[in-house]
Amino acid sequence: MFKEPWKLQTRAGAAGAPRDAGPSSPSRTAHAGSAQNSVCSRHSNGLEQFFGYIQGERGLNILDLSGASQANIGFITNLGHKLYAEDLLQTLDTAFGGGDFFLNQSSPERIERFLRHSLDFPENHFNGALVWDLLEYLSPPLLKATVDRLARIVKPRSYLLAIFHAEERAELVSTYSYRIADAGTLLLSLRGMRKPAQLFNNRAVEKLFQASESVKFFLTRDHLREVVVKR
Amino acid sequence: MPAPMPSAPPKTGEGEMPRGVAAIGKSVMIKGQLFSREDLYLDGEMEGTVEVPDNRLTIGPHGKLQAGIKAREVVVLGSINGNVEATERIDIRKDARVVGDIKTGRIIIEDGAYFKGSIDIVKGEPAKAAAPPPRPQPAPAISTPPVAAAEPNR
Repeated sequence: MFKEPWKLQTRAGAAGAPRDAGPSSPSRTAHAGSAQNSVCSRHSNGLEQFFGYIQGERGLNILDLSGASQANIGFITNLGHKLYAEDLLQTLDTAFGGGDFFLNQSSPERIERFLRHSLDFPENHFNGALVWDLLEYLSPPLLKATVDRLARIVKPRSYLLAIFHAEERAELVSTYSYRIADAGTLLLSLRGMRKPAQLFNNRAVEKLFQASESVKFFLTRDHLREVVVKR
Repeated sequence: MPAPMPSAPPKTGEGEMPRGVAAIGKSVMIKGQLFSREDLYLDGEMEGTVEVPDNRLTIGPHGKLQAGIKAREVVVLGSINGNVEATERIDIRKDARVVGDIKTGRIIIEDGAYFKGSIDIVKGEPAKAAAPPPRPQPAPAISTPPVAAAEPNR
């Protein structure tokens, strides 16, 4: 039915839509626009922690995997840091689309090509990484390779911010664009619904980052789990 | 009186070849180095380097550059694969595509634009503060020699 069956663009009031995780948009203030295009702002403890850890520093290298946005570029560069932007979700679709999206993610050649295209950086290059919810869309072989690569390119004792859906049995989950309004506030706009490769409970997240020094969880009202990982 | 700051290029009709600037049309392909001392509109294909150090470089919607770029100001409607140094600002429009590292004083990126690379904001040196007006010096004291007493006539 869809060219990319792992993705579904939401339509307000669509009948027979599969059960999905979380509300179609976060619970806080909704700005003008349709339900699909609405931008909601909410407090983010994870974001606050992430920027709290680097407060007072300048000239850091920060990786943002949600793609380039005026909000994130402006916020991070105004802090005096250098921003590296990559739209990992778009690269994922390009690299593993065509055929079975999740099965394609088991191909070592495609994995290597994907990492070479999107995360080809020197070791210990970054002082922080904003991973957002991307890890949920990676099947186990690709997930492991990506987390390992992130661990290599982020300096020891630096932080990663990742977001996971808290509901563990959803067929489709909401994907958002994450824009930073300030050090503790996120603007979320719904990009669509998407089938996750897997959903994580706390134990699974801890296991994913078991090589890290610490993992801190923050649960939000919109059924998202914000995780700050200290490499 | 300081020279007026150049305004951002108008959005309406900017996909068309502008008048009054040096322009390279969409059917032109250049390999090599391009240097301009005036505003440049580039809507063709380019491989090499482009330098417009004191002016604006606009990459038109058909423009495809595999090039390093240095300009005072850069507006991108097409695509760039290369590093960009825009001393004042870079403006990446909605359907544009930029892959490379950017060093600039200011960046504007519209939703829908694609960018992959690093962004380093380098603010220009601030203009030296005007020297404060000299404080009025107190008038020097004037000393008058004592008037000699007049000698009596003999």
